[in-house]
Amino acid sequence: MYSFEVERPTSVADAAAALGKDEAQALGGGQTLIPTLKQRLASPSVLVSLAGIADIKGVSVDGGTVTIGGGTTHGVVAAEAGAYPALAALAGNIGDPAVRNRGTIGGSLANNDPSACYPSAALASGATIVTNSREIAADDYFQGLFETALEEGEIVISVKFPIPEAASYQKFEQPASRFALVGVYVAKFADGVRVAVTGASEGGVYRWSEAEAALSGNFSADALDGLTVSGDDMISDLHGSGDYRAHLVKVMTKRAVAAAS
Amino acid sequence: MSDKMHIKLTVNGEDKEFLAEPRDLLIYALREKLNITGPHVGCDTSHCGACTVTLNGKSVKSCTMFVAQANGAEITTIEGIGSPDALHVLQESFKEHHGLQCGFCTPGMITRATKLLEENPTPTEEEVRFGMAGNICRCTGYQNIVKSILAAASEINSAKEAAE
Repeated sequence: MYSFEVERPTSVADAAAALGKDEAQALGGGQTLIPTLKQRLASPSVLVSLAGIADIKGVSVDGGTVTIGGGTTHGVVAAEAGAYPALAALAGNIGDPAVRNRGTIGGSLANNDPSACYPSAALASGATIVTNSREIAADDYFQGLFETALEEGEIVISVKFPIPEAASYQKFEQPASRFALVGVYVAKFADGVRVAVTGASEGGVYRWSEAEAALSGNFSADALDGLTVSGDDMISDLHGSGDYRAHLVKVMTKRAVAAAS
Repeated sequence: MSDKMHIKLTVNGEDKEFLAEPRDLLIYALREKLNITGPHVGCDTSHCGACTVTLNGKSVKSCTMFVAQANGAEITTIEGIGSPDALHVLQESFKEHHGLQCGFCTPGMITRATKLLEENPTPTEEEVRFGMAGNICRCTGYQNIVKSILAAASEINSAKEAAE
């Protein structure tokens, strides 16, 4: 690792000020950033740990919305977001228990790994990402591989998830990393169905609009029978070809529809 | 080089104070500064779990955490779980059921298993495998590790029943 300083602010305002320093980088649970630093793929001069900020931790439910603090670990979401069962189930199946005790939702969404689980939940749920300066709709937030609408120094304070009538996340796991080889999140709302796919596209998480249209008319796995998914723009690596991932997109979507509750 | 930070930890009930660089990992501080060598460096990439310790009551991989992030924390390592003269139930069970071969992963396995049995005192075999998913063993094929943990669970539960 290259050398750096560490700051441990206890308020969002202090964190934002610290992130204003040259080459500063926010540190959530570190489950992605620390391996990245070890490989010398990042060289911040200052790491600003967000773990000491109590205001950005915790799960609350208000009417039809679950709000999760950006600094909340996956383990806490799994245990406390029972008002939105599909989301709690997703969090409880990220990585392994030790990773879930450290990794945070804010860290996952800020990093936007193309194979991470949480981006699909945020996108399919039509979540709102609340930062220290504004609110961003999930549809505007995800902008490609490791790219988001976050500006330099912007901190994910919380994520507001509208609770759907029914939802399910189905992950075809890459067994070594437990990231999604392909993961599909289906969320059925009164005004239509949203389907978000992670792990598959070279453009990162995306909405599968054909499936949304078919499922909004008929919410059953059979409604997807006539659809085809092209492997052209899919990730192709040693774990699976683009065509294989395209095949999995449809399979996992069907499974998610069948499992949605 | 960055300025050193003043770090305080409680490790296995003992207060420790020392200076560390911001980039020092928790596993490095435990092994190299405090001579607590039970937690091992296996993969150094957070996959294998040989470095698992308990931090403020939760299992973490000490290779994927800076010691600066642990400042003020209470940490339990395998050294705090049992001793050669007074083995923990899990240690006894791993011995009895041959839950190890080379033993390199065992400190992490047992440290994680202590928390697993607190989180879920009556796990099924499937729940043991899911709860131990972050700990990799290259020798045993896991069968006897799972057997050891299940046996320890029933031992602990029978002891509890007997006490009640």
